[in-house]
Amino acid sequence: MALESQLEDRVLDPMVPSIARVTARREETADVVTLEMEAEGWVGFEPGQFNMLSVFGVGEVPISMSGDPSDASKIIHTVRAVGAVSRALARLTPGAVLGLRGPYGTGWPVGLAEGRDVIVAAGGLGLAPVRPIIYQLMAERHRFGKVTLLYGTRGPGDILFREELAEWRSRLDVGVEVTVDHADHTWHGHVGVVTRLLRSADFDPEKVTAFVCGPEIMMRFMANELGDAGCPAQDIYLSMERNMKCAIGLCGHCQLGPAFVCKDGPVFDWPYLKPLMAVKEL
Amino acid sequence: METKGLGEIIGRHNLFAGLRQDFLDLVTGCAKNVRFKPGEYLCQEGNPANETFLVRTGKVALEIAQSGVGRMTYQTAGPDEVIGLSWIVPPYRWTYDARAVEETRAISIDAECLRNKCEADCALGYEVMKRFMPIIVERLHSTRLQLLDVYGTRKST
Repeated sequence: MALESQLEDRVLDPMVPSIARVTARREETADVVTLEMEAEGWVGFEPGQFNMLSVFGVGEVPISMSGDPSDASKIIHTVRAVGAVSRALARLTPGAVLGLRGPYGTGWPVGLAEGRDVIVAAGGLGLAPVRPIIYQLMAERHRFGKVTLLYGTRGPGDILFREELAEWRSRLDVGVEVTVDHADHTWHGHVGVVTRLLRSADFDPEKVTAFVCGPEIMMRFMANELGDAGCPAQDIYLSMERNMKCAIGLCGHCQLGPAFVCKDGPVFDWPYLKPLMAVKEL
Repeated sequence: METKGLGEIIGRHNLFAGLRQDFLDLVTGCAKNVRFKPGEYLCQEGNPANETFLVRTGKVALEIAQSGVGRMTYQTAGPDEVIGLSWIVPPYRWTYDARAVEETRAISIDAECLRNKCEADCALGYEVMKRFMPIIVERLHSTRLQLLDVYGTRKST
């Protein structure tokens, strides 16, 4: 085989990453950083999709897109340093080179929410994968009804995207409520589980689309709470996290019942996920 | 006149919305309006739980003090929420501090008065318990989720 042909095959191989370069790094909390990067040939993404990021010599992990989907010049990821690869990613500084495959997966069906109220409910690092939805909702605000962001996290020190939350909250056409699981006396905001915020949210349950992202147990209870509030199950969407390896539905590491989270998800509707979430240890 | 106004306010609160009028009158007979400035305590841990509060406006932090850490807020309560479940079961003692974070208006219900009326009228007692029980269950459920520390760091890649 000619060298040129071999090279072409390698480029077309979906398991071969392209090269990305970090252009900016921002520390969000003690263990979460947002990396801004660029890569040749990048054409953009849909809110909800993810990339496989690799630190050479360390490994590869799936990380959700957390940037603005209307800006294809930047690739933005928010990473929590919890394991060997994510710690290595979080240490990258501007100029560093890394591997990138993607974008992969299904996106949030934001278009289905047109003309309807929108609830975006996020827990912990789950705010990162829904941030692209918020950018889109803000940019096309007139297309949607009442928009509410409900965000819960561990403590005041764990709140992501503080400046943007303040900016969104300052708008008169968006409801933003933040709660933490516990706090000291210097915190004047809500304390308690994120599901409690739903009770004071202003939305029409029969005409709302909900996008939920966070720890699985939080999503389960939020989906149930939305259902109790009268929101039909088919209007609730969740983003699942599983051990994604190939990201193209071949290896089976991320199998969830009959689905591969990397290919069929990560965004699923609640009627699909509800019976699967009821299966213990699935 | 004032009592009637109080009854209407209590009847509009989430806890007692839809309560039968004769029961509402009995509850109202044990109630009064209260107001707390930011920083003032509605109750303090260890004190007799001789009141329960129906929050009308404002925000209240439920706190527990921990040596070496200080006061930790584990929940906040706002309009249409209830502060005080310890009045239901002996030894009727507060198990946390409740501090007004904002100017707070509430209805205070005298616990002994309401307990006595519930004892005397089982139908009222059952109705009152049915309305407090969901709050107890919800608080237990919330506490369980908080104990799970679902946002905490888990071992991963």
